[in-house]
Amino acid sequence: MNQRDEGVLTIYERSKPGRRAAVLPDAEVPEPPLQELIPAKLLRTEPPRLPEVAEPEIVRHYNRLSRRNFDLDTGFYPLGSCTMKHNPRLNERVAALPGHARLHPAQDPRRAQGALELMWLLQESLAEICGLPHVSLQPSAGSHGELAGLLLTRAFHADRGEARTKVLAPDTSHGTNPASVTMAGYEIVKVATDERGGVEMDDLRAKVDDEVACLMLTNPNTLGLFDENIAEIAALIHEAGGTLYYDGANLNAVMGHSRPGDMGFDIVHVNLHKSFSQPHGGGGPGAGPIAVSQRIEPFLPRPQVVRRPKQGGEPPWREHHDLTNLRPEQGEASYVFDLDHDRPKSIGRLRGFQGNFGVFVRSYAYILSLGADGLAEASETAVLNANYLEARLAEGRAGKHLPVAFDRHCMHEFVLSGKPMKKDLGIATLDLAKRLLDFGFHPPTVYFPLLVDEALMVEPTETETKESLDAFAEAIDQILAEAEDDPEKAKQAPYTTPVRRLDEVKATRKPVVRQPLD
Amino acid sequence: MLAAIGVDSVAELFAQVPEPLRLDRPLALPEGMSEAEVYERLAELAARNADCEEQVCFLGAGMYDHYVPAIVDAITQRSEFLTPYTPYQPEISQGGLQAMFEFQTAMSELTALPVATAGLYEGPSSVASAAYLAIGATRGRRRFVVSRGVHPHSRETLETYAVGFGAEVEEAPLADGLTDAAALAAAVDDETAAVLLQSPNFLGSVEDVEALGAAAKRHGALLVVAVDPMTLGVLRPPGECGADIALGEGQPLGNRLDFGGPSFGFFCGAEELIRKLPGRIAGETDDVDGRRGFVLALQTREQHIRREKATHNICTAQALNALAATIHLAWLGREGYRELGELLLRRTAYARERLAAVPGVEPLHGAPVAREFALRLGAPVERVLERCAERGIAAGYPLGREYPEHEDGLLIAITERRTRAQIDDLAEALGAAIQAEAGDLVANSATKSPEGVR
Amino acid sequence: MADASYPEELLYHPEHDWVRIEGDQATFGITWYAQDSLGEVVFYEPPEVGSTVAKDSPYAEVESVKAVSDVIAPLSGEITEVNEALADAPERINEDPYGDGWLVKVALSDPGEADGLLKAADYVALLG
Repeated sequence: MNQRDEGVLTIYERSKPGRRAAVLPDAEVPEPPLQELIPAKLLRTEPPRLPEVAEPEIVRHYNRLSRRNFDLDTGFYPLGSCTMKHNPRLNERVAALPGHARLHPAQDPRRAQGALELMWLLQESLAEICGLPHVSLQPSAGSHGELAGLLLTRAFHADRGEARTKVLAPDTSHGTNPASVTMAGYEIVKVATDERGGVEMDDLRAKVDDEVACLMLTNPNTLGLFDENIAEIAALIHEAGGTLYYDGANLNAVMGHSRPGDMGFDIVHVNLHKSFSQPHGGGGPGAGPIAVSQRIEPFLPRPQVVRRPKQGGEPPWREHHDLTNLRPEQGEASYVFDLDHDRPKSIGRLRGFQGNFGVFVRSYAYILSLGADGLAEASETAVLNANYLEARLAEGRAGKHLPVAFDRHCMHEFVLSGKPMKKDLGIATLDLAKRLLDFGFHPPTVYFPLLVDEALMVEPTETETKESLDAFAEAIDQILAEAEDDPEKAKQAPYTTPVRRLDEVKATRKPVVRQPLD
Repeated sequence: MLAAIGVDSVAELFAQVPEPLRLDRPLALPEGMSEAEVYERLAELAARNADCEEQVCFLGAGMYDHYVPAIVDAITQRSEFLTPYTPYQPEISQGGLQAMFEFQTAMSELTALPVATAGLYEGPSSVASAAYLAIGATRGRRRFVVSRGVHPHSRETLETYAVGFGAEVEEAPLADGLTDAAALAAAVDDETAAVLLQSPNFLGSVEDVEALGAAAKRHGALLVVAVDPMTLGVLRPPGECGADIALGEGQPLGNRLDFGGPSFGFFCGAEELIRKLPGRIAGETDDVDGRRGFVLALQTREQHIRREKATHNICTAQALNALAATIHLAWLGREGYRELGELLLRRTAYARERLAAVPGVEPLHGAPVAREFALRLGAPVERVLERCAERGIAAGYPLGREYPEHEDGLLIAITERRTRAQIDDLAEALGAAIQAEAGDLVANSATKSPEGVR
Repeated sequence: MADASYPEELLYHPEHDWVRIEGDQATFGITWYAQDSLGEVVFYEPPEVGSTVAKDSPYAEVESVKAVSDVIAPLSGEITEVNEALADAPERINEDPYGDGWLVKVALSDPGEADGLLKAADYVALLG
């Protein structure tokens, strides 16, 4: 039965009373009626209506579902801003080691030295890559890191007796930036973009004042362009007393080539699920560690992973270290690693326990695998691949109907505009994206950034071959050729996917967000 | 490729980075290692952790050493679930979207609230996220009343976020292991956006959420309840107790301990809150040919559309961990899930009784418990833990740091992996440790202090 | 509504809102252009009766699947009635933006403000 026609039932619809997969251990202890243990009014009367399915059925069900997903291990996934690079399976293997996987977060730190050392080494590695000495691994995703950065900013200003109210961000910023600004209790003020694709300096100068707590940027930005004015921007915001925040979503362009700390940023978040190969998981998990400058360090979340010399009594070692010659300690370690809770100026906790440790294991394995040389090469290749694809798409039909939004070399990603395509051929960026599905590609990011009409944001990453990029360019050309002939082809696409275009209006007007079981 | 681009070298592509900002040396990191070497290095680090295979684990505090069936890994390790991103193109993401829909259904069933989201990061930040929702839902009230029985990490996270919300957090005390109902009621007023409870609470007590929640109802505040997802087969679900929002740490369902993450936070709400909920929600619909399908629904709540007015800033969440939970729940099934809950209740009752009978050990409170309980030890807790560790047992979570009023307190967690024999062993180990400490006290004038940390 | 239309008897605000004035009472809504740009409306939450609106300021939001738009008040006053039917049938805003798709009725605080609004022809010219 081909997968398009097979009606896919939910796991609840496969349920048959009496079936089950789990065999549980015997209680081994006395089994009084529950009412003797817990007052009846606190007990549940009807069990939740979970499915009743045997194990083979469960496996078949989820395997079938998996085949209704396109994924990175199967094909090209140039989703701009997401850095869909290959996820090495070694990382899964090491993350599954029981010493990492079956370690309880509240285990005595003396008996979790391997985990704490790993976290410390990851912190130090990220510090070196970002060019900022102090790192907290606590935030669970980029957005969480952004919130952390804004709360750090707030604490920084409060510590100086100031209470600023505004945060600046470019009109090209990712939606999480303004959303985080509001959660942190600030008012967002948008800064314009100039014709080179960078921050509009006059607009910035007009808006920077002593009410501005922070400027949030990413560099290169969401247009894939490096802002050449960054040093001046940093000076401007620092002179006005504000902090400069780096959204690390685009770090893949500059690893080993330029460092946000050197650009003047005070606080950086890194998306481990982007540049550091943590698999995206269909929408997480990830992690958003933050690296900060010396002046922000006192406010870092608690607890912090620290290293101390073993002969007790000395305070945690807070400076940054050169890791090039770091080797596992031979014999008895001369250091201990610990969770430092004694942080009087800390903003406090952002979440439970220490953070997404399983993600740290994978990212650390990735950093070890690539090393200093490999990370720099990864960025270089990411930039090369993006420029090559940009050049290919500047030719022929794509060049005519999907011009690049800003005509200059990009870094690791670039943005095209479908506005001419819409006008000339009558198909929108959305239609192009849907037709790409039939060609076996995940489309680029669509309709972002908002600054560009009918935007198409393309980020190939370094793990694609030239052939892969060529195939994509050819597919685009074919779709445009089709549209020249018959725009309906794209407008009714896709045809070969498990489902075709879905009625999102119906889904939102009368939301059905769970299986009715009555 | 360079020819196609029109440059002579890749370096030219970096020309847009001003010279002074270009790193003029290699990163001060080791050179790349082979896969085998990386494996050895990571294995060496793993070997220095006392994991649950090395020590019998009675640690809980929100994360538990449950048995995760092998099919969870087999399915979540599939490329098709592991490597894609958020289902922005629903036509090629039906696997992930349907999985989310099934997850939402399961969590809605467990909590008895009609709407569930696809999840947040973990338990404590979900509590803070509920507080954020409550501000919007109560048209700008900025006070929260939280029970001291709510997980310390949740209370601390709430305090951190509250600074950004411009909100005030007041704590309602515990009395004999349960939230002090009178004190809670006195603390709630017409400026309270939400009352936040946890059941079982951090000390393991099963709270009467409905009774405590009445104060919230009287003042038009939201009732937010954090719950343990492994106990909802036997404990009355928050949706039947008047909760507006039920949430919690999802780790016990399908997820490893992983030294604290990644896991997920589940987040369920009353129907009228649907447009205020944070994060992704999958919804059912049809395609142009009438086939049933799923999409991301109500996206206008989210940051990529609503930006500064979004209900939350979350983008990447914990989708794979939620999938793991869904598979685990399907594997347990309706009967198995309930049975597991019953097993936990009974083994916990046995453990509490057995341990409370040990000389030098008393229950910290007499409230009903489900899968975790607190004891009071007649010897310094850290010393007892050290002796038990030497016997290969992680005996429990010391309460003293976060509950200074219970300096002698130890929190013991039970899962279906904690056999009767292991519980009996723990009883013996605790007894021996307390006795040895008493012996030491008599024999030495000062207690040895543990070397190293804390 | 399939074809663009801008009734002559209404007055228009440059942010794509219309007004029907009857003495010192007015009815507000969004124009054909606004609903067309937005796409199918999926959600509209009416403001509360009794709340005030200020000329040029947003008083409500209209949502489509992929976008949210502020609705701007063309004139100032107090809301006397809201179109409750839109809660269950927001698509009326698309189908009949000037009739069944009306949003609020307002008791005007300063009818003179109407002098600043555009006639149909001038609004159409603005759309270019």
